[in-house]
Amino acid sequence: MTRGRRVPATLLVPAAVAAAFLLIPLLGLVVRAPWRQVGTQLQEHDVLTALRLSLECASIATALSLLVGVPLAWVLARVEFPGRGVLRALVTLPLVLPPVVGGVALFLGFGRNGLLGGALADIGVSLPFTTAGVVVAEAFVAMPFLVVAVEGSLLAMDARYDEAAATLGASRWFTFRTVTLPLLVPGIAAGGVLCWARALGEFGATITFAGNFPGTTQTMPLKVYLALQDKPDAAFVLSLLMLVVSITILLALRGRWLARWT
Amino acid sequence: MNHRPRTAAAAVAPMTFLAVLAGCSGSGGRTVVVDAAASLTPTFTALARQFQRAHPGVHIRLNFGGSDTLAAQITQGAPVDVFAAASTSTMQTVVHAHAASGSPQVFVRNQPELAVPPSNPAHINSLADSARAGVKLVLCAPTAPCGAAAQTVYRLARLTPHPVSEEPDVTSVLSKVELGEADVGMVYVTDVQAAGAEVKAVPIANADQTITSYPIVVTKQAADPADATAFVRYVRSAAGLRLLRGAGFLPP
Repeated sequence: MTRGRRVPATLLVPAAVAAAFLLIPLLGLVVRAPWRQVGTQLQEHDVLTALRLSLECASIATALSLLVGVPLAWVLARVEFPGRGVLRALVTLPLVLPPVVGGVALFLGFGRNGLLGGALADIGVSLPFTTAGVVVAEAFVAMPFLVVAVEGSLLAMDARYDEAAATLGASRWFTFRTVTLPLLVPGIAAGGVLCWARALGEFGATITFAGNFPGTTQTMPLKVYLALQDKPDAAFVLSLLMLVVSITILLALRGRWLARWT
Repeated sequence: MNHRPRTAAAAVAPMTFLAVLAGCSGSGGRTVVVDAAASLTPTFTALARQFQRAHPGVHIRLNFGGSDTLAAQITQGAPVDVFAAASTSTMQTVVHAHAASGSPQVFVRNQPELAVPPSNPAHINSLADSARAGVKLVLCAPTAPCGAAAQTVYRLARLTPHPVSEEPDVTSVLSKVELGEADVGMVYVTDVQAAGAEVKAVPIANADQTITSYPIVVTKQAADPADATAFVRYVRSAAGLRLLRGAGFLPP
């Protein structure tokens, strides 16, 4: 740490520019938003519905991502198999894919005429234009964040703990549950928060695949986008609301997860 | 240690960053930025090409979207020279914000029509069919001109639609029908014609009662008013009207 010693200007100046670049728009939102209208906007039925829908869908999408994403990260990090590099590249593709393209791909995979469309219809599941569709769209764009974070944690972890457990006679599943997983919690927490935040803010894939209808599929980002058209003040208030909610959750999670392990 | 090169190096990064940002916005030559309603996509693309051929040295940059989105961007100062809206009310937003130069002129009119996938899975043959429960109907959001027109159509027919999605513009509605995800969507006659074999048309009885007018205007913030006015004049000329009518638009 360079605390106490002079910070090199070569790093300080670009760092200050980066910080200013990221903070000025947030500051603008806080300073220019019509604070007096927050109360009236909150009372509008659609706003609370959209907020509740956003939080619920992001949470469910994160839970699903944790359920299947952590095992995927473990397989990618610990299991050697042919084509592992290709699989890793493919499952992290939604990270770089434009969200709208993701939405189109979801149609072609899970839509009515998609690859799994017939099979899904047979069991009575229809994803487009439903809340489940929102969860699927959000999980599609956000799960890779979790997979990448957890895989990174696994690769950085000392595998000797797992080996020690194995030499002491523990089964792989027992080792995973009692040795690997506890050590992995900070990585999973960090990945989970990233995943949740990404899911909360998803717009392109949601509006393309799930559509937009108040109460069913209209999440906060969609509501802000539509409000900007005819009621900019409402859009500013909604954006402020999203900012406050996001900061609150991020701060709360940080305190809970990282305090125990650092 | 020589500090001068280090301070100079410290300044390079932010300077490069700002220079790249500045460079991205400038451009040489005469450019006219045209914001047009999504339903004008194929026609204005063709009109721009013809105009550029007749006026070498002028480049038309087209930007399509929901008229309400475009109007909002213009009133917030977007560098747009010409605005062609799909309704007089979205144009009024721009006029009220004093962003229009002169008064807007209606140059074409359009008519709503229902579009279904070629196989017509939900057997939609009339407006009443589209309002049936369980039908996957997709409309434009009420703030967009096509959405407002759709609301009027159903209101005049005394029907209550139950859309599964409200899209920001008419192109999104059309693509959901083309993809086969929606059973039916309310778009314009011109969109159905432009989509060709991708969709099937279901005409609406008494649709002539819900004809929408498309106004066009040069904006006050136009960087090149002379070329912008020339383009508007070309759109409203006999040649422009011939192309628009060929696409299914009604004369003003």
